[in-house]
Amino acid sequence: MSRKASGLKAWVLQRATAIYIGLFVLYFLLVMLISPPVDYAAWRDWFASPTMGIATLVFVVSVLLHAWVGIRDVVIDYIWITPARVTVLAVVALGLVASGLWAFQSLILVRLV
Amino acid sequence: MSIIHRITGVLMFLAVPFLIYLLDISLISERGYEKAIALIHSPMGVLLLFGLMWGLMHHLLAGIRYLLIDADLGVDKERARQTALFVTVAGPVLGLILTWGLL
Repeated sequence: MSRKASGLKAWVLQRATAIYIGLFVLYFLLVMLISPPVDYAAWRDWFASPTMGIATLVFVVSVLLHAWVGIRDVVIDYIWITPARVTVLAVVALGLVASGLWAFQSLILVRLV
Repeated sequence: MSIIHRITGVLMFLAVPFLIYLLDISLISERGYEKAIALIHSPMGVLLLFGLMWGLMHHLLAGIRYLLIDADLGVDKERARQTALFVTVAGPVLGLILTWGLL
């Protein structure tokens, strides 16, 4: 990942994910402000719908990639001791992958209920 | 202010597990849904929601500003200073409006 996401690729990836995240956040916040789901059933049905379900999965992946590129830049800039840098990056990567799987599990389970 | 863009980014990264926890319990059962709403409406929840919305809005607006600067828009010193001030002020204002609107 670190080699693949270096340089120009990371630069493009960071901007592409940023645009999707921005659009999704805008849509989500507008719905929550203008006509939020009224109860549990409406909330669950929203995320169980194919379009919102897939849009949310893409959002989760985008956030994880965006966070990885961003945090990696920050860690590389401020942590100069190699073992510490590698350890922090490993913990971050593990945390992001675990978070992603957790969100996937919730979003897939809600479609099966 | 690139450093605030970084700080808000790191803070939102740290918020990710809590947000997924809220999504998870809110989707899994009606009781979890009620619990998620109660957590968000608790004093600490409101404070964290405001912090998240402020950080999100600052990060989003500053991000758009950097994209425009990449595209050679608003590069000159005077214009860059104005847009930086706009982002800094709009962040907490939008954060407050969103927190009020979402609760």
